[in-house]
Amino acid sequence: MNAAATSFWRVLFASDRRADRVVPPSGYTANLTSFTAGAMAFLAVFALALSLATGRLADRWSAELARTATVRISAPDGQMEAQSKAVLKVLETTPGIASARVLSDQEQRKLLEPWFGPDLPLEALPIPRLIEVIENEKGPDAEGLRLRLSAEAPGAVFDDHTRWRRPLIKAATRLRSLAGFSILLIALSTAAMITLAANAALSANATVIKVLRLVGARDNYIARAFVRRFTMRALAGAAVGTVVSMIAVSLLPPAAEEGGFLTGLGFRGWHWFLPLLIPFLSALVAFWATRLAAFRTLRGLT
Amino acid sequence: MIELASAAFSYGGGDILTDLNLRLAPGSFHFLTGPSGSGKTTLLRLCYMELLPSAGKVMLFDADVRSMSRDQVALNRRRIGIVHQDCQFLDHLNVAENIALPLDVSGRDAGAEAGNLQELLGWVGLSGHARSMPPQLSGGERQRAALARAVIMSPDIIIADEPTGNIDWEMALRLLTLLVELNKMGKTILIATHDLNLIRTAKSQTSARVLRIHNRRLQLAGADL
Repeated sequence: MNAAATSFWRVLFASDRRADRVVPPSGYTANLTSFTAGAMAFLAVFALALSLATGRLADRWSAELARTATVRISAPDGQMEAQSKAVLKVLETTPGIASARVLSDQEQRKLLEPWFGPDLPLEALPIPRLIEVIENEKGPDAEGLRLRLSAEAPGAVFDDHTRWRRPLIKAATRLRSLAGFSILLIALSTAAMITLAANAALSANATVIKVLRLVGARDNYIARAFVRRFTMRALAGAAVGTVVSMIAVSLLPPAAEEGGFLTGLGFRGWHWFLPLLIPFLSALVAFWATRLAAFRTLRGLT
Repeated sequence: MIELASAAFSYGGGDILTDLNLRLAPGSFHFLTGPSGSGKTTLLRLCYMELLPSAGKVMLFDADVRSMSRDQVALNRRRIGIVHQDCQFLDHLNVAENIALPLDVSGRDAGAEAGNLQELLGWVGLSGHARSMPPQLSGGERQRAALARAVIMSPDIIIADEPTGNIDWEMALRLLTLLVELNKMGKTILIATHDLNLIRTAKSQTSARVLRIHNRRLQLAGADL
């Protein structure tokens, strides 16, 4: 494995003009390999961006929702104040709750504004009162709290956001896994395509390989000539694909509250450096794919 | 150097060569003759390990070819110079690069040995063709270039398969002279040919032994040659 790792860096950084020349130029297949590597790198950058964006989304949703809960009070007009006070009193004495406060009419109006518009006559509608609950690290015993609330304020319903937090986080996590799986598929497809191209090149150069073996070339020498060629093509193609894809990602609309998920699809901070690994990973995939194909072919020769 | 002990080679269920016994001593000169299709090339390929015997033993440099790793085969081939009838050049490399190919693959600096290369080109009469491409050479020039490639590593053994098959008599004599010179330098020579005139001429210049393949077996040719 160490020998292969050394060989990889040697292929990338040490030029061997004579070894490169023993294999004749392969014309359009060279361009196809570079194009394939470029296209795959382009897709990989987008998959990476999707993976990171969904990761951020899942983290944000779990952070925002994990420590908050809501108590909703639906009661006749005359009882709303009394039930609100009773609920606040229960919450103050409940372990696991850091603070609780009644949302003002203005805050409730703002919450409903996206659906009903800015001129909502809140006082004319039978809208329940909302109490925002901030939990501490331990959090309350939800079932126990519900029982106490039903005894003290029959119109109060405790909602710890679990029922809609879980599917959201699950969806975001699944999306992130899918994006990660897409990157894996892209890497495997790149390997498959480069293996096909390498096999074609090895078949086309069967005479060259035979002559090299007869004049005393070791398998490593012959394989290196092919491996270096395909690795460098993959590196160059993937570098172009990555740069183009990064430009495309940078041109996406900036992240905004209103846009939610779609406008957050991009890189932030140090994440911009991650796509720069893709050309090297592509070169590594090409290195192994060609090396395996070359040694498999060479083993069939004496 | 090369020893075959009851070696045989079969292909597709049929025997091509059988019960081969041969020992090439260092510095010896052997011709291998026999009708077309008798198995001369197959025997040579067994000698330079392109084929493995289906029975018996082939020993090269005191090692059984069957027990050699692929790297050992490559290293041992550097001690054998091979001249094929069709020369087997890489057509995208020029003559000098083709001749220097064994140096390149063995990791030796062909640039540092440029003097030797020029000397070698002069020896085979191709000084003016260093930068020519193989298809630009005549048949005789190609054979001489192939011989130069075969000897550039200063091998212990030179194996030539019908080296004069595609060239005129004058050029064949020139090539033979080069091979005789190499033999006098201590190289072991094994040449497959069906050209009896070439064998008779060589026997007048050196103490060559003649082997013949007859009925898939190897035998020493007698005074009929």
